Amino acid sequence: MDLAIILALDVLNGTASLFLLCVGLAIIFGMMKIINLAHGEFVMLGAYATVIATNAGVDIWVSMIIVAPLFVGLVGLLIERCLIRFLYGRLVDSMLATWGLSLLLIGLVTTIYGNTMNGVPTPLGGFQVGEYRSSWYTLFLAGMAVSVMALVYALLRLTRFGLIARAVMHNPNMAATLGVNPDRVYMITFGIGAGLTGLAGGLLAPLSGITPVMGAAFIAKCFITVVGGGATIISGTLTASGLFGLINQLGAYLTTPVYGEVILFLSAIFLIRILPQGISGRFFKGMS
Amino acid sequence: MTDARNAGLQSILVLAAATGVALLPRHLDLFALMQVTLFAAMSVLALSLAFIWGFGGILSFGQTAFFGLGGYVYAIATINFGDSTNAILLAVVLPALFAAALGYFVFYGKVSDVYLGVITLTVTLILFNVVNSTAGEVYRIGIARLGGFNGIPSVPIFNMPFHPEIPLSPEASWWITGGTLIALYLLLRLILVSRFGRIAVAVRENETRAALLGYDTRLVKLGVFVIGGAIAGLGGALYVNWGAFVGPTIFSLSLSAEIIIWITVGGLGTLFGPIVGCFVIQFLVASIGSQQTFNSNLVLGAILVAFVLLLPKGVVPTFLLCLVQLRKDHRARPNTTAPKERAMQVN
Repeated sequence: MDLAIILALDVLNGTASLFLLCVGLAIIFGMMKIINLAHGEFVMLGAYATVIATNAGVDIWVSMIIVAPLFVGLVGLLIERCLIRFLYGRLVDSMLATWGLSLLLIGLVTTIYGNTMNGVPTPLGGFQVGEYRSSWYTLFLAGMAVSVMALVYALLRLTRFGLIARAVMHNPNMAATLGVNPDRVYMITFGIGAGLTGLAGGLLAPLSGITPVMGAAFIAKCFITVVGGGATIISGTLTASGLFGLINQLGAYLTTPVYGEVILFLSAIFLIRILPQGISGRFFKGMS
Repeated sequence: MTDARNAGLQSILVLAAATGVALLPRHLDLFALMQVTLFAAMSVLALSLAFIWGFGGILSFGQTAFFGLGGYVYAIATINFGDSTNAILLAVVLPALFAAALGYFVFYGKVSDVYLGVITLTVTLILFNVVNSTAGEVYRIGIARLGGFNGIPSVPIFNMPFHPEIPLSPEASWWITGGTLIALYLLLRLILVSRFGRIAVAVRENETRAALLGYDTRLVKLGVFVIGGAIAGLGGALYVNWGAFVGPTIFSLSLSAEIIIWITVGGLGTLFGPIVGCFVIQFLVASIGSQQTFNSNLVLGAILVAFVLLLPKGVVPTFLLCLVQLRKDHRARPNTTAPKERAMQVN
């Protein structure tokens, strides 16, 4: 029984962190048709912002929930203005350029801060389940995932900006005719996606090793989740995070964490193979 | 420039390259010779992606999967056989079979381009994770220990065919590597002028139209992919022969990114460009490695971003375009062939 509770908590943890990691990518990919291969580096920047702010004396909660998304969101805006806006509609070029960007960011952070960095301790401590221990932070992550989900849903469905954003993604020319500036909407959407990714980086900073190349560990998982999730941002990302989080944790429990990931990747490949046109057809309608 | 002159120019280039390969050891010290051997081995890898991406339209983010597989197969086989001859053969055949299996899975499932990128990337990561976790006595194939993160050290280098007691000298290794590169370039040229090559380019240009003309585009793409896998596997064996070592970082994402940079810089849709790109970028990275001011990732990333934004065609096609334009201005008479097409033909 205790074991079942712990396993359930693990699956919850996997699902919540996967959802937090992917939602920014899902927004950028799903709404703007830009494949951001520098996504992992946005996570890394968020983690660095958190650690540096915390070490500078800022309260850890403030640096996780406010500093990290704000900083990465601003970086995202800058990158959109300098790079991404030239690449709309050029799918392959956008992949190549953002891959270059990812190397650039890794190189930049390595140059400034070196190859390793002291992390921050995990706040909140743990609790006892029978003979096992778990961490309150797991539950906090789940809470954050739910809040982000509610926030994104509200933003897209209930606000004027969400309405305009969805209109622009649907038909930019028509929206422009109606007096909307698509350029600005793209910019803000990319900034929001980057900011949410930064938030994920901040929240995962206490749990991961902080290195300039830490993004590589997330990038593949995020992609398969977003791709497996399909066209709708929230429900798609949520179902895929749940499915892959479950597979990953169960695989890790039954074998080793390494093979857990291998099992996750294999099942993702099969999922993409089984549903190739269904997902891509909806994602890239009218595109090359 | 007519086709005949074009072919003449190419033969001269290839002859010049072959002479260069033959004479180079006289003019370089051992260290520099080892460097160019490495560059040539990597160029084989560049050539494999240049072929499948530039002429088959298949953007694989995981070409290192076949490269690494080739390296590991060579290492394991040569340790077990004690003779490199069949090991090299296996290092070509097994990656080709793996490419066939993966390609069948992907192309016959009609997975679209972007997802192909995601799948190849994921496969490479799986290989990395699996090989990385093979430390310990349990993981051995024959007498070869896989070694997990530490890789397989002191792999025997190439020997004279069927004479394991005579290992190749560094000069001979260079001749083999450089010679293989030229031979593969010629082979791919031949494939491209063959019926299969022309169909492959047709599929790249417009898959639907090619299919409507009655070609099985899935089979064509699979063929291109398998050829690419086989070449990458051979590249892996050459790489392991260079360093006498293979480790899981051979499957790393950064190497995958680097191949794409070589091709973007050299010129997509050519075979010569990626080789140039490979040599230039690797020389650059080697030079960066010996100083401390700039980080190589920083420079590589900046180069890739700059090329995608400013010079998306790459160096070699742009250079040829300029050349064609100059000749045109020089002759000052109307020309019937479009410059872009002609630039493609030259390569």
